[in-house]
Amino acid sequence: MNVTTLSRRNFLIGTAATAGGFSLGFHVPFPANAQDAASDVMPEINAWVEIHPDDTVVIRIVRSEMGQGTLTGLAQLVAEELECDWSKVTTVYPTPGESLRRDRVWGSFSTSGSRGIRGSHEYVRQGGATAREMLIAAAASVWNVPASECSAANSIITHGASGRTERYGAVATLAAQMPPPGNIVLKDPKDWKIAGKSLPRLDTADKLTGKQIYGIDLMLPEMLNAAVKECPVFGGKLKSFDAAAVSAMPGVRKVVQIDEATVSVVADTWWQAQSALNTLPVVWDDGPNIAVTSASIAEMLAEGLDATDAFAGTVIGDAQAALEGAADVVTATYSYPYQAHATMEPMNATARYSQDKCEVWVPTQNGEASLVETAKASGLPIEQCEVYKLHLGGGFGRRGSREDYVRQAVILAKEYPGTPVKVIWSREEDMLHGAYHPTTQCRLRAALDAEGNITAFHMRLSGQSILSSLRPEVVGERGHDPVVFQGLNDGGSDGAFGYTVANLSIDHAMRNPPVPPGFWRGVNLNQNAIYVECFMDELAHAAGMDPLHFRRKLMANHPKHLAVLEAVAERIGWETPAPSGVYRGLAQIMGFASYVAAAAEISIVDGQLKIHRIVAATDPGHIVNPAQAERQVEGSFVYGLSACLYGECTISGGRVEQENFDTYEVMRMEQMPEVEAIIMPSGGFWGGVGEPTIAVAGPAVLNAIFAATGRRIRQLPLKNSNLA
Amino acid sequence: MIQLNINGVARDIDVDPETPLLWVLREQAGLTGTKFGCGIAVCGACTVQIDGVAARSCVMPVSALDATQRIVTIEGLSTDGGHPVQQAWLALDVPQCGYCQAGMIMAAAALLETNPNPTDDDINAEITNICRCGTYNRVRAAIKLAAANGSETNKG
Ligand code: FES
Ligand code: FES
Repeated sequence: MNVTTLSRRNFLIGTAATAGGFSLGFHVPFPANAQDAASDVMPEINAWVEIHPDDTVVIRIVRSEMGQGTLTGLAQLVAEELECDWSKVTTVYPTPGESLRRDRVWGSFSTSGSRGIRGSHEYVRQGGATAREMLIAAAASVWNVPASECSAANSIITHGASGRTERYGAVATLAAQMPPPGNIVLKDPKDWKIAGKSLPRLDTADKLTGKQIYGIDLMLPEMLNAAVKECPVFGGKLKSFDAAAVSAMPGVRKVVQIDEATVSVVADTWWQAQSALNTLPVVWDDGPNIAVTSASIAEMLAEGLDATDAFAGTVIGDAQAALEGAADVVTATYSYPYQAHATMEPMNATARYSQDKCEVWVPTQNGEASLVETAKASGLPIEQCEVYKLHLGGGFGRRGSREDYVRQAVILAKEYPGTPVKVIWSREEDMLHGAYHPTTQCRLRAALDAEGNITAFHMRLSGQSILSSLRPEVVGERGHDPVVFQGLNDGGSDGAFGYTVANLSIDHAMRNPPVPPGFWRGVNLNQNAIYVECFMDELAHAAGMDPLHFRRKLMANHPKHLAVLEAVAERIGWETPAPSGVYRGLAQIMGFASYVAAAAEISIVDGQLKIHRIVAATDPGHIVNPAQAERQVEGSFVYGLSACLYGECTISGGRVEQENFDTYEVMRMEQMPEVEAIIMPSGGFWGGVGEPTIAVAGPAVLNAIFAATGRRIRQLPLKNSNLA
Repeated sequence: MIQLNINGVARDIDVDPETPLLWVLREQAGLTGTKFGCGIAVCGACTVQIDGVAARSCVMPVSALDATQRIVTIEGLSTDGGHPVQQAWLALDVPQCGYCQAGMIMAAAALLETNPNPTDDDINAEITNICRCGTYNRVRAAIKLAAANGSETNKG
């Protein structure tokens, strides 16, 4: 897929422009109604499917592609029901504006929460199946035979009795006029031929040649470029700046104050804009948070560990009473730091504004949220706004948490009516103004009986709520952020706690430091899995039992949780001795409606951790592309282990201290273990793939470190602990 | 005017000589395949080849280059995506978001030029690019596949 697929109303033109003597292909997405006529030539069967006379199948994809493979997976689901020739399939993003005009026919655009497939599989398959039936009906009407005597496969319709055949492309125009059939029965996944198969991604080729256009790459005629700087201290403001000091620098057009905290330089090129911004004298009003540090935040959270104002999320029996009556109580306190998303492509957006229209081109995880932001920032009615989605150079939740980059681009575009303005954040801006993985602490207390059963278990979470920042209306007065309890719920289909404990209490004391939180791949499952699964290991140790055997007893009523754990244990050879010097750890959890487990093998030599191998298992119910799921498992481990080993945004003077990858370390090739993924869909439900496994890599490694050293790492990241 | 040889074509470019090569490629030459990731030479997203050697273009002012040096970007690695490294990447479906991949491919191609059969340690030492999507194991496998295909070709 490339930029031509922005929308069928947008197309690619090759323009012979000269810049430094080069002939360039400019990608120019045209605004709506430039080519309404095109829809007659390229018939839309229904909202999901276009079929061209040459049999090309264009499948409309609404969720965003950010590397997770959803684009290919969703196309597989539509194609499966459509019975089309997979080799003829291409994809297109409908625009959020078009969706609005068509009464949100495509549903939600939001691409987060590992929801791309599990949240839309049903209606996209319906879309494919409906189109198939309309194509069959069209051919049947041409042949004047009952549609029930015809069938379709591989983009060909066949009339069984006469043996007549027709191509989809030949009847597409007619099919579009057929009434959509009433009740559609979707295929049983066991009959799938396209879905469920490890097909190559549809979007690989252009990523190997430099042709793929990401948001940051967009070039529009006459486009200006902007660099931005928001007060690095959270809650601080812009006091003054000296525009005259940079106005004569090469290419500089204007210094613009975007809002009370943000200044921008607009220039001919981005490099000129950023260079001038680096030089621009700026005076900040640091605001109320200048004294906030990591230590002050830790203190605030520590207070919450004992506080009485906690929201009880999961309550079974009476854990307090049982703990008070217990002879021995095992207690441990853990903490998890702020993390930055650090997508490889920094935040960016391009906007063009005129009195009666505002358009935005943006790599976003939620096109509709971008559209809403466009309307808000432009002051125009939403019907006069449009958003064109571009490929994302990583999202991980950042591009689905806040639309600040869209707002900035629109405000700057208003300074130049008719001229597009592209905003690109420097890496420093990106690191200093994230939507950070929230920080929490957790105190766990449990009592054991003589047989190693947990008689009481209390888990107190203290810390930040994402929803209280992004969706305060959901949290309300009671301080209940349901997302805090990911993986810790008493039952339910999304993230059920996998152990049976007679007296169980899990509560949350909400403590919100002035650092803006957001959804970060895996969200709260990340630290919850570390807290629960490392503590389960502590309890196994206290009970004098093997960590697998200890868990097994408690998981008898949770067979799906147990199945993935058993699968990784078996594959890693848990019951057989590890190679000399190698130690193992296990973890399991349920999140995003999938069951996941991991087993790690590590060694520690001269205080240096080496992760040799991780086996991961996931049961997401159904799987649309096993090969892509494996890649998600591998990738999620890089993300999760980067956080576990190195990731932390420390706060000093009310701001983040890490500004770039030199101080915000992430995993590289050298640290990468072997990963074996066991994809074991058990059917009957639809779970997510992009996020859940991220949560089990960390605790599996931490438990292996305990096995190797006898030391519990309870404060993350690991780099702050000496393993020697 | 700065004279540069980019992908085999000699170009005159009118730009402040302190501008990093990365931004000249992206903004003056219109070659956006080379990516911006960090701007401080730690992520490798901006990797190009200069006279066959992998170089991080974000910290290289164009004033440090002259017209005799051959700059090759992802767009110039092959005309049709047919370079053995690109072919290996395609065969193993390596990219996820793909943003880091041009840098990875340029670094891998440069490595194989000097070391046609790199060991795991060689790969670890030479391919230090960051991938936030986590494609490292596939990158490693694709480098080995390209190396194997290369030695096949040599034998043949
Ligand atoms: S952008 Fe040059 S190394 Fe990161
Ligand atoms: S593929 Fe996304 S950063 Fe590497």
